[in-house]
Amino acid sequence: MKAPVSWIREYVDLPEQVTADELAATLTMLGLKLEALITPADAITGPLVVGRVLTIEKEPQKNGKVINWCTVDVGDANGTGEPQGIICGAHNFVEGDLVVVCLPGAVLPGNFEISARKTYGHISAGMICSSRELGLGEDHDGIIVLPADAGAPGDGQPAEPVQPGDDAFAVLDMFDSVIEFEINPDRAYALSLRGIAREAGIGFDVPFRDPADRDVPAANGDGHPVVVDDAGGCPVFVARSVTGFDPTAPTPDWMVKRLTAAGMRPISLGVDITNYVMLELGQPIHGYDRAKLTGAIRVRRATEGERLTTLDGQKRKLSPGPSGDLLITDDSGPIGIAGTMGGETTELSETTTDVVIEAAHFDAVSIFRTERRHKLPSEASKRFERGVDPELPAAAADRVVELMVELGGATADAGVTVVGEAPARRTVTAATDLPARVTGMEISAETAVANLEKVGCAVAVDGESLTATVPPWRPDMSDPFDLVEEVARIVGYDMVPSVLPPAPSGRGLPLAQKLRRRVGLVLAGAGWTETISYPFVGDSDWANLGLPADDERRRTIRMANPLNAEEPQLATSLLPGVLRSLGLNVGRGNADTSLFETGLVFLPTGDEKAPILGVDRRPTDEEWAAIEKAVPHQPQHLALAVTGQRERPGWWGEGRQGSWADAIGAVREVAEALGVQIEVSAAAVAPWHPGRCAEIRVGATVLGHAGELHPKVCKAYGVPDRSAAAEIDLDALLSLAQAVTPSPHFTSYPVAKEDVALVVDGSIPSAEVEAALREGAGDLLESVRLFDVFAGEQIGEGKKSLAFALRFRAPDRTLKEGEAGAARDAAVALAAERTGAVQRA
Amino acid sequence: MSGPNTEYDPVEVTPLRADEVEAQRDAAIAAIAAAADLEALKQVRLEHAGDRSPLALANREIGALPPQARKEAGARVGQARGLVNKALGERLAVLEAEHEERMLVEETVDVTLPTDRTVTGARHPITMMSERIADVFVAMGWEVAEGPQVEAEWLNFDALNMGADHPARTMQDTFWLEPAEAALVLRTHTSPVQARTMLTREPPIYVVCPGRVYRTDEIDATHSPVFHQVEGLVIDEGITMAHLKGSLDHFATAMFGEGITTRFRPSYFPFTEPSAEVDLVCFVCRGTGANDEGSDTCRTCRGEGWIEWGGCGVVNPRVLIACGVDPEKYTGFAFGMGIDRTLMFRHGADDMRDFFEGDVRFAQPFGIEI
Repeated sequence: MKAPVSWIREYVDLPEQVTADELAATLTMLGLKLEALITPADAITGPLVVGRVLTIEKEPQKNGKVINWCTVDVGDANGTGEPQGIICGAHNFVEGDLVVVCLPGAVLPGNFEISARKTYGHISAGMICSSRELGLGEDHDGIIVLPADAGAPGDGQPAEPVQPGDDAFAVLDMFDSVIEFEINPDRAYALSLRGIAREAGIGFDVPFRDPADRDVPAANGDGHPVVVDDAGGCPVFVARSVTGFDPTAPTPDWMVKRLTAAGMRPISLGVDITNYVMLELGQPIHGYDRAKLTGAIRVRRATEGERLTTLDGQKRKLSPGPSGDLLITDDSGPIGIAGTMGGETTELSETTTDVVIEAAHFDAVSIFRTERRHKLPSEASKRFERGVDPELPAAAADRVVELMVELGGATADAGVTVVGEAPARRTVTAATDLPARVTGMEISAETAVANLEKVGCAVAVDGESLTATVPPWRPDMSDPFDLVEEVARIVGYDMVPSVLPPAPSGRGLPLAQKLRRRVGLVLAGAGWTETISYPFVGDSDWANLGLPADDERRRTIRMANPLNAEEPQLATSLLPGVLRSLGLNVGRGNADTSLFETGLVFLPTGDEKAPILGVDRRPTDEEWAAIEKAVPHQPQHLALAVTGQRERPGWWGEGRQGSWADAIGAVREVAEALGVQIEVSAAAVAPWHPGRCAEIRVGATVLGHAGELHPKVCKAYGVPDRSAAAEIDLDALLSLAQAVTPSPHFTSYPVAKEDVALVVDGSIPSAEVEAALREGAGDLLESVRLFDVFAGEQIGEGKKSLAFALRFRAPDRTLKEGEAGAARDAAVALAAERTGAVQRA
Repeated sequence: MSGPNTEYDPVEVTPLRADEVEAQRDAAIAAIAAAADLEALKQVRLEHAGDRSPLALANREIGALPPQARKEAGARVGQARGLVNKALGERLAVLEAEHEERMLVEETVDVTLPTDRTVTGARHPITMMSERIADVFVAMGWEVAEGPQVEAEWLNFDALNMGADHPARTMQDTFWLEPAEAALVLRTHTSPVQARTMLTREPPIYVVCPGRVYRTDEIDATHSPVFHQVEGLVIDEGITMAHLKGSLDHFATAMFGEGITTRFRPSYFPFTEPSAEVDLVCFVCRGTGANDEGSDTCRTCRGEGWIEWGGCGVVNPRVLIACGVDPEKYTGFAFGMGIDRTLMFRHGADDMRDFFEGDVRFAQPFGIEI
């Protein structure tokens, strides 16, 4: 909502010295937030003066354009008194018009310096300005032609005739600041000058004159007939009429300026008056050309199949039924969508002389639904959906009549139609000390009452409680805590003391969160960089990963309104995001990249149907269970990917390429940091290389997979072959973490070391051989570690040699001669039995 | 080599003559002194102090002397050998010291060589900011709560006093999930965690909930369809707006340093009443709005002296009722801040696209800062 300061001041006796900045700051602290403050004059350095166009010579150019070579009388403003020669490309003016001239030396918004310069064969000494060039509006269709009443102070007061050479800043009201407020949904009353001025009165503790406070004629049976079929949707409908309105009468300059400053485009006097009154009072108004109305106005819900072409030229299919669109109709059918937008057939036009003025109150929810249904936000619907003062219609209609009579030469009809009446004012009762108890400020009962009265409540105190009768422009005030906010904001939120709440005895971070931090630190410490991706994916991602058609990961939850139609699914895997990031890094020259991500994946249960429960009580256990059941399973995953080198080359030697082993190794490191013993076995799962994919398990629980990416996947994501990745269910891993690590028990008895080299078939996993050794070695075995793998001619075709280091130790004694050797032989024997291993000599 | 010499008597054994012993002693000492390095000294030791050195051989002849002469000859040879060994020891120490000194010089390396063999990793600054915030509240005794990102419509809206026809719903551009009957959304704020917490725990409740949220905003420098918030919720007896102010002031100071506090401006949120927007004293200009580099406007707060930080308020009793908390007994407060926004102004990050694109150069300077 944009409000010129001069307009605000019209209704409230602000001290002269209060600046626009101070006004904006005070209103911000009352809850009308400053969005922008613009003083047009601040953006311009003069000289900017009034000029009278003396001559215009039209000069066609080679490019087909016609330019005007003008002489303009600028009085003595140019120091010579001689006419100023100026080139102008606009054509909306004639000789004798008063225009706004920027003389050389002036600087316009955007640091645009005006100087005398040679152009089109003339010396153009200045510029004739448009509204946009002066930062006064968007109008750039032509230059400003000052109206006959330019510079009139407004609302009936006569203008001093404007003379060439006069300072144009004042004539254009450019010193008048415009404050733009961000109005919250609970302060719909501030979508009007009436509401803003009332707040200014509260803020500066000065009297406020309510522009809606006027005597209005009583209803009679002579007005335009109106029937309201849906009193719930339209509790109040006031219709007034005028005749003999001059459709050619110009909108006065002061009104044009105010409308423009408030961000509305002047259209014609009739329409401008309805908009002006809406801005002034907050009541949306609609004017109908009486000549085009057929029969009575009827307010009703749309019926099946009805359509209406609204003022924006859109033909709209109307929604029928009791919660459908509320319509304004006449005998011809729909003529407007109530409180939202009028129809084309009855709109005010350049021939309208008799006007029916509608000032009605419509149900906020009904308007809100219609607005959403038709995606049709309008100045009217914006106000109605938030709540308009239901007692306003009569005063607002009367104000429109007044302006149409005064400015358009119309005659007011004696007929006044009023259907329905405003609902009774609401009362809210609260303890007098509630504001103090809720805010922690010292607020006496007297202050509470006084502040409620300032916002317009009538307050009755009965012992410890007060009852506030809420003013009709405050439909938001319905609960005791609403009263608290009103009292508190006037006391001032800056008066709220700063007190720490009593400290609870906390339990610190939950274990899962501690462990998640550890996972991140371990990976970052090991050279992996964390990324965050959007979880939005599409079928192309699954194709890129090479997932088979029946892969579980293709079963996804879909968004109804995705940002990108190609990515309507919520990710069931972090790999698409991680691999896209990997590709982006490669593309940007980060050839050696190791990255990881932790985040939720979204797994449908097939049972997604969340109930919408009531809010007047806690859900029952069954209701809560239904909510919990409907929410999809969303476990936290960990994914990582590596391409390029994991170790750099340097004076120490070669670099080391990242590989399948790094992906598996990173998972191992994470598991070790959590004290979880994982098992690794070969698997063949997309998107991995079928011969280089590991399944990561703990017991029977599969946590995920790791290994080298399939060459096709590498290609799809634009990363080099041999890039590797892993994805595991982090929640599942964390749930296995050791909360308490058992202390080790070791002795100082000496260790006995035995190395064995076993030849096995190339297809035998080393882990199997190791497991057999471990089991066969018995209790004396302290550790076993594979330290070399070797294949070659001397081993035999299709064979490999695995070299293990075994360490033996007894907890209670030094091992006797031969004991370690015997244990080693037993280990080798079991390995031979299980895996066909043959010990190398 | 031989037993006691009893063949001749009395004999003068040449090697044991005083002048001979002295000559051997002097020759040994001279050789020791002349040994240039440890290797030479080793040779000298063999020649002059080894088993076959003249003095060692002379020593063996002592037995050949008549008993009355042995003592004197023994003393003479012993003394000489003692002197030689002492000289050897001293020379050895000198040469070892020299050797060590030389070796240390010779082993000099270029310590300025790069040692960046392994690549550097980093955690994402959003993650670290979330943890930093959680830590501030955990230190105050609060707990950290979490919730799902796909959330029931009822929890995201209705339970928070935003019924289906509430205008505030349109202020949160929502990703709806299919089918419409599922009544599921990608949560538009972390506030449903408030409702979940109240529905699953008994007061007193002191929780903070950092998390990822979603709005249908196209990505640009300052908008992203995915972003992060931190929600705070306190429900206890006698809780007031003053406790809210105290908690946020403490939060601001912990995050931005001494003297950085907050101010409240009246605002509107359906789930709080009274509601306020929270501004932070600009931690760069410390509220003056001025720039220390001479130009007149602080870049961080654009000269306002305050930075918009988030929203807060007293929990609306309607929310308490929907979540099963007795509004007669308990009051509470809630607040919410943007984590991405906090990262932007605290660290001068100016483009949100960098947060989510995955270019590792964004996170890397943050390292494993904690």
